[in-house]
This record gives sequence, C-alpha cells and structure tokens, in this order.
Amino acid sequence: MQAFLAWIEARIPMMRVANMHAIQYPAPRNMNFWYVFGFLATIVLVNQIVTGIWLTMNFNPTAEGAFASVEYIMREIDYGWIIRYMHSTGASAFFIVVYMHMFRGMIYGSYQKPRELLWIFGMLIYLALMAEAFMGYVLPWGQMSYWGAQVIVSLFSAIPVIGPDLVQWIQGDYVISGATLNRFFALHVIALPLVIVILVFLHIIALHEVGSNNPDGVAIKHKKGSLSEDEKTKFEIHEYYTSKYDIADDIVPFFPHIVLKDLVAFCIFLAAFTYIMFFAPEMGGKFLEHPNFEIANPLKTPEHIFPVWYFTPFYAILKAVPDKLFGVIAMFGAIIFLFLLPWFDRGTVKSWRYRSGLHKLNLLVFAGVFIFLGYLGGTPQENWKITASQILTVMYFGFFILLFIYSKNETTKPVPARIPK
Amino acid sequence: MRKLICVLALLLPGMALAAGGNVHLDKANYDLSDKASLQRGAKLFMNYCLGCHGQQYQRYQRTFNDLGIPEELAEENLQFTGEKISDYIERSMPAESAAQWFGAAPPDLTLVARVRGADWIYTYLRSFYVDESRPFGVNNTVFPEVGMPHVLQPLQGTPRMVEEEALVDGETVMRHAGIKTDGDGALTTAEYDQAILDLVNYLEYTGEPFRLESESIGKWVLVFILVLFIFVFMLKKEFWRDVH
Repeated sequence: MQAFLAWIEARIPMMRVANMHAIQYPAPRNMNFWYVFGFLATIVLVNQIVTGIWLTMNFNPTAEGAFASVEYIMREIDYGWIIRYMHSTGASAFFIVVYMHMFRGMIYGSYQKPRELLWIFGMLIYLALMAEAFMGYVLPWGQMSYWGAQVIVSLFSAIPVIGPDLVQWIQGDYVISGATLNRFFALHVIALPLVIVILVFLHIIALHEVGSNNPDGVAIKHKKGSLSEDEKTKFEIHEYYTSKYDIADDIVPFFPHIVLKDLVAFCIFLAAFTYIMFFAPEMGGKFLEHPNFEIANPLKTPEHIFPVWYFTPFYAILKAVPDKLFGVIAMFGAIIFLFLLPWFDRGTVKSWRYRSGLHKLNLLVFAGVFIFLGYLGGTPQENWKITASQILTVMYFGFFILLFIYSKNETTKPVPARIPK
Repeated sequence: MRKLICVLALLLPGMALAAGGNVHLDKANYDLSDKASLQRGAKLFMNYCLGCHGQQYQRYQRTFNDLGIPEELAEENLQFTGEKISDYIERSMPAESAAQWFGAAPPDLTLVARVRGADWIYTYLRSFYVDESRPFGVNNTVFPEVGMPHVLQPLQGTPRMVEEEALVDGETVMRHAGIKTDGDGALTTAEYDQAILDLVNYLEYTGEPFRLESESIGKWVLVFILVLFIFVFMLKKEFWRDVH
C-alpha cells in the first residue's frame, strides 16, 4: 500500500495537495458557529449536483412534457420523490446557508484587506447561484415557473435601445415558451453548475492564500522570525504556510479539528433539512409555491406573482421604484453595492467585537432591513407596503453610505495581538 | 409620484379581487391514515367528478393498491369506461367539448389539494347556492361566478343562501350568513359534510400519494441523525479537549 501511494505521489501530488489544502491547513481555533456555513454550502452544492444528475435522467425539458415528467419522477420512479425533494429543499437551504455565510463575512470584516478578492469570488458565486436557482425554478413549468420567468426576463426590456431584442434573444422566442425552457435547462444543468464549481474552487484557493479570518479579526500568521518557539503552534502544519510565516499557537489543523466541528454543525443542519424534506417540503408555500402545482398556462395570470423567497428582498427594491428602468438599476445596484463592500468600509479593524457601537447597529439594522424587504417582496401588495419598501430601500443603500462615512475615523477598541485565551 | 398613483390605481381592482379570495375557510380535518374515508372519497370522485375532471398523473392501480381496494372489486365498481387498471385516471370528456360547454376546460384534479389547499376545497364544495342568473343555476361564495354546475346537489339537496341584516359602516346591508338546503338531498347536512371531507381526504392523497410513507421514513432518518450527532459530538469534544 505504501509503495502504491508513493508510486501515485511521484506522478500526481495527491497527498501534498490534500495536506496543504485540507489536512494541515491552519485554522484559527476561535472560529465559532458562524464559520460552519461555508462547509454547509459545499455540502448543499454536492447534494444539488448529485440529485440533479438523477433528476435529469427522467426530466423532459419541453413545454409539453416538463410538468408531467416531474410528477412522473415524484410518483412512479422508486423514491423519486426523495430525490426531487432533496433538490427542491436544497435550493432554499443553499440560500439560507449562503446568506448566513455572507453575514458572517460582514460582521467579522472578512471582506477587508487582504480578502477583497475572496469576497468578490464569493459574490460571483452568489450571482451565479441566483441565475442557477432562477432557471431551475422555471424547469417544472408550473404557473409560478412561467409567470416568474415572465416577470424576471421582462426586466431586461427596461434596458434602453437593446432591451426588447435582448429579451427575445434570452427567450429564444417572441414569448416565454418551450424554447426558453429548453435553453434554461441547458444552462441550469451544465453551464452554470460548471461556473459555480470553478468559482468555488477559486474561492477556496483565494481563501487558503490569505488565510481564514476569525471572530476576533486577529491575524494568525506572523512575520517569519517574529515568534518564539513557545508561541508557535505545536500542531503539524503544512510547510506551504510555515515556510513563509510563523504560525501562532492560536490555530488548529483543519483535520480533524475543524472537520469534526463542521460535522457537528452538519448533523444539526441535516436534522433541520430532512425534517423539512420529509414533513413539510412545501414549507408553507415558501420553498414550493402552491400555484406551481398547476401547469403553466400563458392565458391565465395567477392572482399574485412572487419570486421564490430568496429573491424577494431584491424584488421589493424593484417594486419600490415607480420607474421600471430605475427599478432595475436599483435592484442591480443593491447587488453591486454588496460587491463593493470592501471599498465602502475604510476601517482597518475587522471584527465588530472591536468596532464602534454605531457599526454594530448599522450591521444589525441592515440585516433587519434585508429580512423586512424580503417579507414585503413576498407578500401581496398593499398601499403601506410600497411606502415601507421605499423607506427600506433607502435604508439598504444607507448602510453602505453610512459605513463609508464613519469608517474613516471610527472609534474602535484596541485589537489584541493574539487571539484571546 | 403621479406614475406611482397610476400604477396603484391599476393594481387596486386586482387587489380587491385578491381580497375576495380571502373568504373564511372551514378547517378540513382530513386523515390520510383513514383508509375507509379514502375509499369513500375515491368512490365519490369516480362517480361524480371523473366525468369532467381527470387525474392524469395518477394511475388507477396505484390508487387502488394504496387505498387497499382489491383490484377485481375496483375494476367492477370504480372503473366505468373500460380503461385498463394500469391506465392514468383520465376524464371521459374530450377537452375541446369541455371548453365549449363550460367556457373553460375543467382543470385536472391530481394536484388540486396542493394548489388550493384542503380547507379551500372543503369549503368550496359546501358553498354552492341557487342563483338563477348563472348558466347552471348555481353560484358559489368561495369561487364567485364559477363555471361548474353543482354536481353534488342530489346528495346535498337544493342549497339556498341565508342572508342576514348587518350594520356595516353605518349602513344596513344584507350579508351572507351560510347555506341552508331544502332537505331534498339524499344526505343530511352532517353526512354531506362527512362525504366532502372524504373527498378532500382522497384529493389530499392523490396530491402527494407518498405523504405517509415520507413521514414514516422521515422519523427513522431523524433518529439516525440524532445517533450520529451524539457520536460526532463526543468525538469532537475529545479532539478539542486540549485546545481550549
């Protein structure tokens, strides 16, 4: 066995890469529960890919057959309903863990120098994920699939000059039709998953280059020769990290310490996931919307058209602006502002533990605004809701503007040189 | 701002209609494990609904097996137009004529319980009332101007709307206060409610035929995860003991 592994290792760096990027990767020992969501997101990604492969085996990507083939999978394939519910629950679970993961990055300043690119890759994953989820939702060809697609695709018609032609190009037809469904299927099962997997790879490589942040925002890598032997970690860490830096004894190796911690979180996550999957797969009409159990009918507009819950904050921003073009600009602006977060924050202290009360308040208000916008975008329109979503839209952008202003000369607490015991 | 008001003005009628959908719904206490109720529901469906509404994603055989109806018995008593037992439950009426007769083709009912909800169907089927202005002589308080005739009238009896005087915003208006039949149906009101509940139960079943199986597998999955959690948690504690 040893000889065989050595034979392999001489030809491809299997163990070296495993040691460098998984087993002997130094991770701060104070990483708390907020740090499990990256791992969980990876698990959900694998779940989506594996169940997705099995779904494609019986899915029929045509306007005539899509809806029936989904019901065929649910009713006549042995345990097909488990595969389908794993996939549909996984879609919502993906966004839950990704939103938690992003908020973690915000409260602990994980986007700050030198992790700007890491944040950008993460945002690109988020963007690709939204496209992936949107197209996936169209595939079952229910009423919400169809009318949701109608609303989202028509947004592009707001773009001056090229808008209408662009919409036709996206649809592959004059209206949303089987041609649209077919190309969305191609993008959903091949193009976008490929993009997401590559971006995840880049996200992890970028993370390992700069190292993991932690709830105290304290560096674990120190200048070579600046730490005494006593201060260095006793764990075996890959020389890729130790040759360039002194690694303080503030760390644990990724395996087994972090892996075990992630597995504990995984069990809790799995319990929630399977509970929803087996007992409430529709999640009260939020994960699978009720009108989507009715086949798409271009002649019958549903009473209310909502995107799935994970898009509703942006949908609320879109609806808050009376002009279509400016609404679209505001909606995309909301995402672009998130992209630019590393440059809105001019502070040097990372974690909110050592930053001003104003910053903590700003972050919490932002989280509240995002959730409330989600509520407004996902429930039937009422008069007060338009005003509310206008105020909340201003508050959403206000978070970034305020951050830009106060972060320059913020009163912060002294950051310890090492992770506090 | 003016544009916003225009948008609102355009949306308002839609919202009013939406509000109309918020009528009070009675709770349907259906029970998927009650085989007798499911069988009675299936019988009602095959006798009263299947002429117009199909269940094109569900097969006869699956239904009979899940509901515990012997296949020979079912073929004799529940299949009327010579379909094979392995066929999908499709309506006998051609879609085109249906659209001509009713204005719109009657919807497929395989998934109706997942679209509308059990409470809606339960209330809807008990909310027809005589209204001579409608083509079929009946209207419905849950689904106003509905295109469907009251096919269950022989069971329920002639339903009349009961109105009461009520004071709304200082004005006396007549308000809907329930349905009362002439008592000329084959069933009493309590029996009719039970029959509708059976039918709702059956439609709930066809919407998600694997619901009970899902819950029984789900329990074991959760037990497994709990056991796994205990082991993983202890292992984690062991490895992290020296770190803190």
